Amino acid sequence: MTLQIFVPSDTTACSLGADTIAAAIELAAVQSGADIELIRNGSRGLFWLEPMVEVETPAGRVAYGPVEISDVDGLLKSGLLDGNLDHPLCQGLTEEIPFLKNQQRLTFARLGLGDPLSIEHYLAHAGFRGLQHALSLSPADRVQQVTDSGLRGRGGAAFPTGIKWKTVLDAEDDQKYIVCNADEGDSGTFADRLVMECDPYILIEGMVIAGLAVGANQGYIYLRSEYPLAQRIMNEAIARARAAGYLGGNICGSGRQFELEVRLGAGAYICGEETALLESLEGKRGMVRAKPPLPALKGLFAKPTVVNNVLSLAALPFIFDQGAQAYADVGMGRSRGTLPFQLAGNVRQGGLVELAFGVSLRELMDDFGGGTFTGRPLKAVQVGGPLGAYLPESQWDTPLDYEAFAAIGAVLGHGGVVMFDDTVDMGEQARFSMEFCVVESCGKCTPCRIGSTRGVEVIDKIRSGQQPEANLALLDELCTTMIDGSLCAMGGMTPFPVQSVMKYFADDLRPLADRER
Amino acid sequence: MKSAPPSIAAVVEGLVASLKHQPGALLPILHAVQDELTYVPDEVIAIIADGLNQTRAEISGVISFYHHFRRTPPGDHVLQICRAEACQARGAKQLESHIKQRLNIDYHQTSADGRVSLEPVYCLGNCSCGPSIRIGDAIYGRVSPARFEQLLDDMTTQVVELV
Ligand SMILES: Cc1cc2nc3c(=O)[nH]c(=O)nc-3n(C[C@H](O)[C@H](O)[C@H](O)COP(=O)(O)O)c2cc1C
Ligand code: SF4
Ligand code: FES
Ligand code: FES
Repeated sequence: MTLQIFVPSDTTACSLGADTIAAAIELAAVQSGADIELIRNGSRGLFWLEPMVEVETPAGRVAYGPVEISDVDGLLKSGLLDGNLDHPLCQGLTEEIPFLKNQQRLTFARLGLGDPLSIEHYLAHAGFRGLQHALSLSPADRVQQVTDSGLRGRGGAAFPTGIKWKTVLDAEDDQKYIVCNADEGDSGTFADRLVMECDPYILIEGMVIAGLAVGANQGYIYLRSEYPLAQRIMNEAIARARAAGYLGGNICGSGRQFELEVRLGAGAYICGEETALLESLEGKRGMVRAKPPLPALKGLFAKPTVVNNVLSLAALPFIFDQGAQAYADVGMGRSRGTLPFQLAGNVRQGGLVELAFGVSLRELMDDFGGGTFTGRPLKAVQVGGPLGAYLPESQWDTPLDYEAFAAIGAVLGHGGVVMFDDTVDMGEQARFSMEFCVVESCGKCTPCRIGSTRGVEVIDKIRSGQQPEANLALLDELCTTMIDGSLCAMGGMTPFPVQSVMKYFADDLRPLADRER
Repeated sequence: MKSAPPSIAAVVEGLVASLKHQPGALLPILHAVQDELTYVPDEVIAIIADGLNQTRAEISGVISFYHHFRRTPPGDHVLQICRAEACQARGAKQLESHIKQRLNIDYHQTSADGRVSLEPVYCLGNCSCGPSIRIGDAIYGRVSPARFEQLLDDMTTQVVELV
C-alpha cells in the first residue's frame, strides 16, 4: 500500500531546509523501492518542530521533528517509512501534541493537513461550504451573520466587521471593492502568511463572501513584497479557483461575479495602514489619508471599499458554514471568537496558537510557548507588533482580550507575541521603536517624522549620560506630542513601547556607564 | 534628453504597454521592470511617465517612497537581514555585525567583489525561528554566524540555486 509522507512547504519549514529533506526522502524511497507518496503539505504551525515530517499510519499521522538533513538517513533506517515511534525525533501522533491539541482551531482547522493548492482537498475538508450557504442568503442577511458573529477586525484596530460592511452595503454605487490587507508588517506575526501559503482557498472564499455581502465584484489582495512564496501560491490558487468556477463571471453557477487579483507592496510598513494601502494600490506614494471620508464610503479609486485583514476574511467561511452563533459562543466580553496568536522571538515552542479570547498571556507563553528558547528568565514581552507596549512580568496575567489589554495601555493588535529573555537591553528596544518610526513614517506629519528622529537623539543622549534627567523629561514630552499630534497610529502609537520602557524598565534607560551589564 | 539604450528601452516599453491599462498600474509596472532589470534605471522613468501620462517627478517620487525599489544595480545577490524585534530577541544584532564585518560593508552597499548587496528588512514572517535573512527569494531561519558562512560560500563560489 502506498505510504503517505508529509513534508511542509511553507516559508518557515523551507527556511530550515524542508526542500532538501523532501528531496532526500524521495530519493531514498526510489532507491529502496518503497512505495510512498510524498505530499508537500502546509505547515501545521508548530514551528519549533519544523521541518516536521509526518507519516500516515493506521492510528493517525505520526510526527517527527525538528528534522535536519543529517537525520534523514537514520530516520529511514529506523523505520520512518513504517511509522516507527521509537526514534528520538518522534513526537507521537500529531493531533495529540499538546501544543496542537489544546488549541481551538476554527479558522485554522485545515492548517497543514494537505496540499494547499488542492481544491479537492479543500472541498473534502469543509471547503466552500460557507460560500454555498452565503449564496442562499440575501445581502442584508449576509451582513447580519457577520454582525451576529461579533467578529472584530483582526488587523489591529478591532473595529466591528459587521458595521464596516453595513456602511459599504448601504453606500449606493455601481462599483465597490473588497481589499484584503495582507501587508502583515508587524514583527512577530505570520498568521496571514500561513493562511496564504497553507490554506489559500479560505481567503478566496472569504473574499467572495464579502463581495456578495456588500455588492462588490472586484477584490484585491495587497500583499507585502517580503512574502514571495505567498505570492506564488495565491496567484496559483486564484487561477485554479477561477477555472473551477469559484471566481469569475458566474460564481458556483449563481450568475454572480467576483474577480480577484494579488497586488504586491514594496517594502513600506505604513502601507499596512488602510488609507496608505489604498494610495499604494492606486499607484501612488503610500501617504496616509485624512479620515473622513471613510474608506467604506470613499475608498479605492474613491469608491465604497471594504478593507479587511486576511484573518478577518479567513474567519468568514467558518462563520457562514457553522453559523454566527458558533463563532460568537467562544471568547470573552466583547472579544468574540478566536484569535490566532503567534508566539515568536525568544520562545522555546514558537508557532501559531489559535485560541478563544480570554486565556492569560502567561498561560499562552508557558503552556504553549514552554518558556524562553535560551532557557533564561523571561524579561519582557511585546504584544501587538512594533507599536505595542513592552509588558513586564506584573502584567502577564492579563487575559488576552481587547478591552483588558486596552485597560493596561497595551494592544493585542494582530496577535503577535514577541518574547525577550533577561539579556535584552530595554533601552535599546526603546531606541529601536523610535528608529523604526524614522524609517517607516510616511512623512505627512511633523510629530511623527521629526519627533521620531528627535526621539532617537534624545534616547542616545540619555544612554550616553548627557543630562539624563532633563532628557528623560524631554522624551516624555516628545511622546505626548507624538501621541496627540499624529494623524495615524504610526506616530500616535510609536510612543507606547517607549513609554512602557520608561515606566517598567526604567533601569535600562539609565546611562550605560552607570550600569553593570 | 538622454535616450535609453535600445534594448532596455524596448523591454520597458513592452512592459508598460502590457500593464498600463490596469487600474493603479504604476506599482505593477515598477515591479515588472525591477524583476526584469534588477533595478529601475533613471533612463526608463521617462518611458514609464509617458506611458501613464504622468510626470517624471511623480514616477521618481513613487520609486523613492518604497524601500523595495532600487535606482542602482545590485550585486549578484541581494541579502536582506531582518532587523525587527522577534529576530532581535534571537540575536539578530550580533548576526548583523558579523555579516557587516564579514562583507566589509554597511546597509545599502555592495561588497567590493560585486557579489552581495546588503539591505535591512523589517520582518520576513519567520519570527519563531530567527534570526532570519533573505537571499534573493529564499528565506533562511535560525541563521547562526556559522550557517551564514556556509550560505556566503554558496553565494561567492558558485551559482546558488535559489528557489
Ligand atoms: C501603521 C499601521 C500599520 C498597519 N498595518 C496593518 C497590517 O499590516 N495589516 C492589517 O491588516 N492591518 C494593518 N493596520 C490596520 C489597518 O489600518 C486597518 O485597520 C485594517 O486593515 C482593517 O481591517 P480589519 O478591520 O479586518 O482589521 C495598520 C495600521 C497602522 C496604523
Ligand atoms: S503619523 Fe506618521 S505615518 Fe501616520 S500620517 Fe503622520 S507622518 Fe504619516
Ligand atoms: S488529506 Fe486528502 S483530502 Fe485532505
Ligand atoms: S522579526 Fe524577523 S522574521 Fe519576523
